[in-house]
Amino acid sequence: MRFLIKEGKLIPKLDSSDDETTFSISNLPEIPQLSTNPFFEYNPELQKMLAGKQLLIDELPFTIDEIQAHYENGYLVYRKGIQKQENRPHGSSGVTEKHTNLPRICVRCGTSDESWFGEFPCARCGERDIYCPKCLMMGRVSECTPLVCWVGPESDFPVVDRPLEWAGSLSEGQQVASQRVLDAVKTTSELLVWAVAGAGKTEVLFAGINEALTSGKRVCLATPRTDVVLELTPRLKKAFPQTKIASLYGGSEERHEFTQLTIATTHQLLRFYKAFDVMIVDEVDAFPYSIDETLQYAVQQSRKLDSSLIYLTATPSKQWQKECRLGKRKYVTIPARYHRHPLPVPKLEWSGNWEKMLTKGKLPANIIKWIETRQASRRQALLFAPKIASMEKILPILRKMDPLIESVHAEDPDRKEKVMKLRNKEIPILLSTTILERGVTFPNIDVAVIGSEDRIFTESALVQIAGRAGRSADFPTGEVVFFHYGKTEAMLSARKQIEMMNKEGIKKGLIDV
Amino acid sequence: MLCHEEIEPEISWRSFLGKDQAPKICTECKDSFAPITGEKCEICGRPFDFLEEEYRIGNICMDCKRWEENEEWSGSLDKNRSLYRYTDFTKEVIARFKFRGDYVFADIFTEDIKTVLQAFQYDYIVPIPLSDERLYERGFNQSEALIKAAGYTPTHLLTRIHSEKQSKKSRDERIQIEQVFKMAEGVEIECKTILLFDDIYTTGSTLRHAAKVLKQNGASKVMSLTLAR
Ligand SMILES: [Zn+2]
Ligand SMILES: [Zn+2]
Ligand SMILES: [Zn+2]
Ligand SMILES: [Zn+2]
Repeated sequence: MRFLIKEGKLIPKLDSSDDETTFSISNLPEIPQLSTNPFFEYNPELQKMLAGKQLLIDELPFTIDEIQAHYENGYLVYRKGIQKQENRPHGSSGVTEKHTNLPRICVRCGTSDESWFGEFPCARCGERDIYCPKCLMMGRVSECTPLVCWVGPESDFPVVDRPLEWAGSLSEGQQVASQRVLDAVKTTSELLVWAVAGAGKTEVLFAGINEALTSGKRVCLATPRTDVVLELTPRLKKAFPQTKIASLYGGSEERHEFTQLTIATTHQLLRFYKAFDVMIVDEVDAFPYSIDETLQYAVQQSRKLDSSLIYLTATPSKQWQKECRLGKRKYVTIPARYHRHPLPVPKLEWSGNWEKMLTKGKLPANIIKWIETRQASRRQALLFAPKIASMEKILPILRKMDPLIESVHAEDPDRKEKVMKLRNKEIPILLSTTILERGVTFPNIDVAVIGSEDRIFTESALVQIAGRAGRSADFPTGEVVFFHYGKTEAMLSARKQIEMMNKEGIKKGLIDV
Repeated sequence: MLCHEEIEPEISWRSFLGKDQAPKICTECKDSFAPITGEKCEICGRPFDFLEEEYRIGNICMDCKRWEENEEWSGSLDKNRSLYRYTDFTKEVIARFKFRGDYVFADIFTEDIKTVLQAFQYDYIVPIPLSDERLYERGFNQSEALIKAAGYTPTHLLTRIHSEKQSKKSRDERIQIEQVFKMAEGVEIECKTILLFDDIYTTGSTLRHAAKVLKQNGASKVMSLTLAR
């Protein structure tokens, strides 16, 4: 769309047929912001939908006239969807020249790498527009697209005395972390919670969330994976039954709810803008968050400038671990599991050139032996392979040993079913790509990795994989083996990390020896 | 093989195409488009392989036979050809391009469109127009984008008749003179061959409406090409 500037105001023009000089929003040197008219009767529905958000006009079920009235009375602002990072005034018009080589940034998702952008002849503004394909699924942001944000008064949340209704108890390790989270909420500061797989990290958040809700703060629990949103939502609804909770992921319906507590995929955060007083990011190490700057950007721009930021992870990156050691990052560890048993430490076993053997339809003898041992003792196992291609070669070999053995990968339509079957003990051994490295838990299994030298098995992936074993209090032990064709740094670091956590757990008296 | 990595659904399409502005499609994905081959209906290009025997009448399909038996529509559209079958995969790619508005997706089809256009003899290639509301909503006309991406110049011979005006008329009136398109002014098409272009052939009704207007205005032959059907 195009805008007209009249009496210091932007006026949207839906058709470009007029004689008046109109502009695409990205070409304006600055966008006039208007002072708030206290007598204006704003629409509370629009307020609910837009407070703490950045939405496209197309996403708002209100007429352009009503939206514009809120702008003219200082209740909302138009921001550039695509911003030229340096705005050099051009000529006497003060309007910047289009298609110079100024670097651009998509203001919604933060993409600035030019190779991502696309270009098209835009019927809305009549110019050739740059648009952002990266966040396209949330509606196209192009150079003439304004992002609409609320700047009027925010509505308060209903006060609840004791939002937390949870009767469970915390382990010693959890208690320490819980107190630190509470402090981070009270002092609006940053904290990393480094909790081993099976430590029970969700419960550690309850006191902090309770504190935030009681003091009228808006809280977001974000995670890169939809699975986690779906898993956390009922747990939090149960713990905070009086609080309105929005659960947002690709395809969810609750997009426009105004709630005090939001559980969302990090991707959904792109619709928020300076919304949250407390931002909690779960599984910071999980793909694709750790490799995707967009999602970092989403976390930063969706929280208020003055807000708490709490990260949860079982395996922080090398960089973060270093920052923790050097005292540059505030953190707390939960080095032991809830059941007070140490984490199973992975064994590293050389298995030779397993890929070459696979081409001959064979598996290394020690891997075969490992499987036979599971069969003899009737223990279930998860077996990880680096690629779908190698998995397809391994499966027939295993099926000769037991026809009930199954394999699963990311795009397997029966993925959920197979996981369920393993849980019901209908499958003795499940062969998997890295998709089952986290989240999914089975009470009593052994774990092995074939080809653990592959670069897909990063330190954090291997720690997560090892974390699948020994999860339940009834079966706190389990065997973890990395079968490899050459030890990698990731393998050694993963083992070291696990040993270090066990040591710390023992030292702090959180593990029974 | 970027397309087979596990990624959040929102970003997987771009990864599938690679990061370059002009999307490069990997052979595996390219093979996922099901090209229409083998015997087909002489008029609408429907592949007989996927049709029950009783819906085939000689060299044409049952639908086309019905159109041709109708005095009003007989001979309006001379021939349609479509590149791919409208499979779930094609549907998804077209949706990303047309509804989500990822314009650069048009480039995916460039090669195939170029190849098939060589088989057509025509004077003008004409995209099916969108209504003003649709055009604003999408920001571009998908058919026009496809023609341009393939390096051809579209001619705008048709405009859409405003649909709101239509709904005000009585039902009888509408059935009688249901007109979707009218001729744009200024181009002479007497004795010309026109190639219509649309993204999808569904019932063939849109294309026949367009073809009829063109024939009424003197076109000697009207054919059409769609991406999918
Ligand atoms: Zn973007
Ligand atoms: Zn535009
Ligand atoms: Zn592909
Ligand atoms: Zn036919």
